[in-house]
Amino acid sequence: MAEDRRLERDGGIAAAVQRTLARRYRAERRFRLFGMIAVAVGLLFLAVLFTAIVSKGYTAFQQTYVLLDVYVDPDVVHVGNLDSADYQGLIKTSLRELFPDVKGRRDKRNLYKLVSSGAGAVLRRMVLEDTSLIGRRLRIWVPADDDVDMVIKGHVDRTLPESQRRLDDQSLAWVEVLERQNRLEKKWNFTFFTAGDSREPELAGIWGATVGSFYTLMITLLLSFPLGAAAAIYLEEFAPRNRWTDVIEVNINNLAAVPSIVFGLLGLAVFLNFFGLPRSSPLVGGLVLTLMTLPTIIIAARAALQSVPPSIRDAALAVGASKMQTVFHHVLPLALPGMLTGTIIGMARALGETAPLLMVGMVAFIVDIPRGLTDAATVLPVQIYLWADSPERAFVEKTSAAIIVLLAFLIVMNAAAVFLRNRYERRW
Amino acid sequence: MNIGFFAALILLTATSYLLGRKKAVRVSAYGRLHSRPNYYGAYVALWCLLPAALVAVLWIALEPWLLTHLIVRELPESYSGLPPDRLGLVLNDIKNLATGAMVSGEPDEALRAAADHYRSLKSLGSAAVAVGCLSLAVAGLAWGVRKVQPTLRARNQVERVVRAILIVSSTLAIFTTVGIVLSVLFEAVRFFRMVPPWEFFFGLKWSPQIAIRADQVGASGAFGMIPVFTGTLLISAIAMGLAVPVGLFSAVYLSEYASRPVRAVVKPLLEILAGVPTVVYGFFAALTVGPTIRQVGERLGLEVASESALAAGLVMGIMIIPFISSLSDDVINAVPQDLRDGSLALGATRAETIRQVVLPAALPGIMGGVLLGVSRAIGETMIVVMAAGLSANLTMNPLQAVTTVTVQIVTLLVGDQEFDSPKTLAAFALGLVLFIVTLCLNVVALVVVRRYREQYE
Repeated sequence: MAEDRRLERDGGIAAAVQRTLARRYRAERRFRLFGMIAVAVGLLFLAVLFTAIVSKGYTAFQQTYVLLDVYVDPDVVHVGNLDSADYQGLIKTSLRELFPDVKGRRDKRNLYKLVSSGAGAVLRRMVLEDTSLIGRRLRIWVPADDDVDMVIKGHVDRTLPESQRRLDDQSLAWVEVLERQNRLEKKWNFTFFTAGDSREPELAGIWGATVGSFYTLMITLLLSFPLGAAAAIYLEEFAPRNRWTDVIEVNINNLAAVPSIVFGLLGLAVFLNFFGLPRSSPLVGGLVLTLMTLPTIIIAARAALQSVPPSIRDAALAVGASKMQTVFHHVLPLALPGMLTGTIIGMARALGETAPLLMVGMVAFIVDIPRGLTDAATVLPVQIYLWADSPERAFVEKTSAAIIVLLAFLIVMNAAAVFLRNRYERRW
Repeated sequence: MNIGFFAALILLTATSYLLGRKKAVRVSAYGRLHSRPNYYGAYVALWCLLPAALVAVLWIALEPWLLTHLIVRELPESYSGLPPDRLGLVLNDIKNLATGAMVSGEPDEALRAAADHYRSLKSLGSAAVAVGCLSLAVAGLAWGVRKVQPTLRARNQVERVVRAILIVSSTLAIFTTVGIVLSVLFEAVRFFRMVPPWEFFFGLKWSPQIAIRADQVGASGAFGMIPVFTGTLLISAIAMGLAVPVGLFSAVYLSEYASRPVRAVVKPLLEILAGVPTVVYGFFAALTVGPTIRQVGERLGLEVASESALAAGLVMGIMIIPFISSLSDDVINAVPQDLRDGSLALGATRAETIRQVVLPAALPGIMGGVLLGVSRAIGETMIVVMAAGLSANLTMNPLQAVTTVTVQIVTLLVGDQEFDSPKTLAAFALGLVLFIVTLCLNVVALVVVRRYREQYE
């Protein structure tokens, strides 16, 4: 009552509203601004993340090479020892010829460090391919050491005091001589895409991890798609609604939210310790990832089945199809694009997963390219984790480059899922 | 047991399908078939494949155990009398010798003999089982073909098998959960036999590393999980402190204010954040965010640890933003338009409608989403492994280094493991705690979300 009287005195409700309107509109604008800020913050994070990774990583797609004149000395290399000759020694000789005034053991050792310890392997490969090179003088490009690579790429400031650089003043002077002679050049880094892991950044590549990822995902896909689809079909089309199926349903939803590392513990205790399957193998990794992605795939597949209208089922049943025929001949083909979309998204998650694989030993330092499902292997995200832990500056760009490759795979997979959804999924 | 065997089995199965189908067509002359010919083919194929595959799988599962048993029986007394763990090493050597891999030390005569024995047993067993399986397949084929008659209810039989396969697949989720619980519980119980539970749950000191060797000074090791758990909660709190406001406000903006084209562009962009692998976030946190925070802190005169909880928490928050925002988006969209219209018709501004009508109506769903986000933050591993510390400080200062449950599990289990030391088993006890905590959060969140959905559907 008192309120009413006050309103009367001040000129009615409209006036009261008018008076507060400016404040309320301000609040409205403020609220809206907060929303815009939140969206902007999210997008900003995305931009910062991607620029940080790409700007650090793109340089790893190039590698500095040194041009050397190597004399393939017949005294060192002959038909009898093609495999095991001291090719690195030939590289060292050619370095000494380039800088004839370097004397003293320590200086020489520093000089040898300018090229990669894998330079000999490059020469070896050439000689093995063509033995007529023996006794000839070759001009070949060999990979430079990662410290030189970092200087050439400008990741290390040459003006820093000597104590803060990995390359000392003398080596830097040699590098500058090489530069003036046009003997240093950045070339496309094939090694990065064809090699396995290595302790030397300039020799390390992602092919081993990529193959490991491929095998692991093969296992995951081959197991989780049929099993997930079968489980979804049963739960959605056949299962009676009772306590038991309720338990299964709650269980699946809950498993989808269990931390991935717990699946790693399961894999360690069951697959490795109980069944004695080989450690570090794509087989075990694939099994663990199968259990992890299965709930995601089941949930997606059930949603796809649910979106098929009941009239399809009724029509099939009405013309005399059995329940099984109805599902497999009519419902499943219509739900398949949705199921596949969910599967691809599940696979993309499995591809990026690291933690459970650490538990089953896929974290070892593995140089060889895995050749089977039971070979020791590692996968791309674990490789990224291993490189991120390495102290060398050159591994920072390798890590970022591996991340770029991994993200490229993920983008392709997600694009495939979106394409599939837009192309084949029907809206009823 | 190789590719050739499986190829032969598949070939046989395909043949049996064709034969069954052909026979069905042939016998249809003597009476109307109960099912379509394809079902007779499938019926015969199942008879051919299932028994053979069952035997093959049994052999693959039992082979290591059986072979080991036979080898140990043949070993001289000096080996077979060894304690189980030493014997395991010897067996490993034998297997490596048999496959021609590297062996530590020079193998003696007995080992060589055992390796030869192992190799011959293995090849003999595999060959025998392969031949047995294939004959079983052929027998199944013959039996199946013989049974094909017009009156045979092939469809019903095949459908029964398919249905059984479907049911088995759907129970796999249960087995996974049971497997998780049993495996974690089993090792955790062994841990609690060595370390009393109250010490684990209420201890204020965590330093598992010194308990490696029994004869070491101060070898007792401390397994109090309070500091580890506090660290987990601190980092999760920082993460949620960033993710909830940003995620919620962007969900509100995108569903209530943004125009259709803006929404169509921004929403997928934000969802990219959810698809980025966590190892990438970890690298980002360790290499970019951590040093930046440290520099800023130093400029402000603060002492910041290089692996501060703040860096890990903030990056984890970024990871959870899309999670919160897309879940909230769903619930906000599920709020009936009538409620908004009613509020707007009464003269409320949009912000007032959202704050006083839409958000309260959507609150249970949003809470569910936030709880799922918390569960995710607690279980997140790679970000904290790469960006948070190892030392278990009992602190609430976000600028200091703390450790988390997942970090400890990873550090305790990566590398050499001995399954009789409390150090390794402690990881499983932590895993149990992690599983139970996330389980509770998930169940509450799922119930809340579900009940809310029912309310408006």
